[in-house]
Amino acid sequence: MSRQITELASREKAKSVTERLGALERPRTPWERFIHAFNSSSVTILVVVIALLWSIPTFGLFVASFRPPQLISSTGWWSGLVPPWRFTLENYQAVIQGQGFGMAFLNSLIIAIPGTILPIAVGSFAAYAFAWMKFPFRNFLFLLIVAMLVIPSQIALVPILTLFTAIGFTGQYWSVWIVHTAFGLPFAIFLLRNFFSALPRDLIESAHIDGASSWRIYWNLILPLSVPALASLAIFQFMWVWNDLLVALIFLGGAVEKAPLTLAVANLVGSYGEGYQLLTAAAFISMALPLVVFFALQRYFIRGILAGSVKG
Amino acid sequence: MATISQEGVSLAVPPRRRRMEGISWSAWIWVAPALLLIGVFYIWPMIGTIVTSLENVDTLGNVTGFAGLKWYKTIFTDPTNLIILRNNLLWLVVGTALTVGLGLIIAVLVDRVKIERVIKSTLFIPMALSFVAAGVIWRFMYIYRPAGENQIGLLNAFLGLFRIPPQAWFVNEAVNNFALIAIYVWMWTGFSMVILSAALKGIPDEIIEAAKMDGANRFTMFWRVMIPMIAPTITVVTITMVINILKIFDVVYVNTGGAFNTSVIAQAFYDQLFTNQNGGFGSAWAVVLTLVILPVLIINIRRIRAEEGLR
Repeated sequence: MSRQITELASREKAKSVTERLGALERPRTPWERFIHAFNSSSVTILVVVIALLWSIPTFGLFVASFRPPQLISSTGWWSGLVPPWRFTLENYQAVIQGQGFGMAFLNSLIIAIPGTILPIAVGSFAAYAFAWMKFPFRNFLFLLIVAMLVIPSQIALVPILTLFTAIGFTGQYWSVWIVHTAFGLPFAIFLLRNFFSALPRDLIESAHIDGASSWRIYWNLILPLSVPALASLAIFQFMWVWNDLLVALIFLGGAVEKAPLTLAVANLVGSYGEGYQLLTAAAFISMALPLVVFFALQRYFIRGILAGSVKG
Repeated sequence: MATISQEGVSLAVPPRRRRMEGISWSAWIWVAPALLLIGVFYIWPMIGTIVTSLENVDTLGNVTGFAGLKWYKTIFTDPTNLIILRNNLLWLVVGTALTVGLGLIIAVLVDRVKIERVIKSTLFIPMALSFVAAGVIWRFMYIYRPAGENQIGLLNAFLGLFRIPPQAWFVNEAVNNFALIAIYVWMWTGFSMVILSAALKGIPDEIIEAAKMDGANRFTMFWRVMIPMIAPTITVVTITMVINILKIFDVVYVNTGGAFNTSVIAQAFYDQLFTNQNGGFGSAWAVVLTLVILPVLIINIRRIRAEEGLR
């Protein structure tokens, strides 16, 4: 699989089928050149139209979030695009000050940072053993963990909730950390084992011969060599935890002061119904960080998605 | 096949079955935390859920008796529940076909333009959003105001241009499931497009040249060369979509909460568990969801075993 990651990632920069075809079919006569130009420009127009269509919903909400409440509920967002412009930060102020979205943003961070680091730590330990150590049932256990990739978390939620309620874990940040760690593990182990086992064997063996301990090999050799895989995994896990609703809903459900952004927005949808002006800004606050991560680390994000295309 | 990673580290593929010197007992220390978590959060609760699904449980969570297959019978006979199953099937067929189909078409199209990267990013952005945020975004597309009033939702305003009466997209049962599926398609088409586009670029030059020599036009190129060459990738993308869609929850929960006959299995699970406080019925839904996914699990394990050369 890690072979595929590097392979697919390198294809990102590879030539398109058309480019390669184009080298073969160079238009000769003026007429052919005209048809060729027409074809390629009409395809360009078509994909630009598709991309615009795809952006309209997000753009619409973006514009709406800066419009005064009374205008949001009386005219469409597109009418705000023509002068006189009456944009305002009112909605953002209302949501951050009145609805506790500053706290919700902080909660999302408090949940997502350990929820990203913990599964990668635990997962990379196990992945190291699965890739480079020999022990009974190794392949069986690995396949068992991989099987959990597609298992819906719903099947596990009731007993975990009962257990957590019984021992007073619910409504605590760390209950969500543990659950996210456990649910993130199969993917982390799957991705990292494959990457680790593709590392050069000679390097690891010679380190062993030189008397390096397993810990040293893991910490000084495996981890530094696996930075691309770790980065992809970290982004993926971060997005997953940040965007999660179900786990937060079930394990933090009652504790409003600990609710992450997704839960806060979902609650707003429920309680306000028609309070659209608050929803616009709330949704954008919840999207801000994932969008920054996406634009800053797009390459790793796409690679993670190419590598993790079996994750549910 | 050895490949060079982008960082320039040569990654030689290890022999299929590495021979290792002796069994290292310390390996258990490395895998112990993971195995413990998998055991506590997957294996044990799975067994617990299956047992609970066969019981009557009161609202305080106490078992009040053995229910046998009562809950399963209700799921597969009660008309309301059959609609839930029908909705999941609708999601599965329409959602998968649209995300994979559109993803493939757009992948082929962007392959032919120079601004490929910009277009790809644009289509890919929704992937970075939560279903909750996407739900809010689409709420603004779907807003309904009674006929005669100023339509503030883009879709109804658009219909108004053609003098078509406004639709209550989430309420009208002829369209509401499709309206929800559209949100998913909007979010995940970028995913299949990016993967399929990477696969298209992986088609070897020789094959494209050979097809060209044989006088293949764009049409035969698509059906006889591209599709067969990227078939394995199409399978992977389809499997991912099937798993995602079977588990679909957030889109429905945020937008309709399952009202107006839009509920799906995961929503029914949530309703029984939390709204009705019926742990037994909720568990039965969870088991049904897992059973539906089981075939995909088996296919997936087979694929990975073959790929990795595991026993």
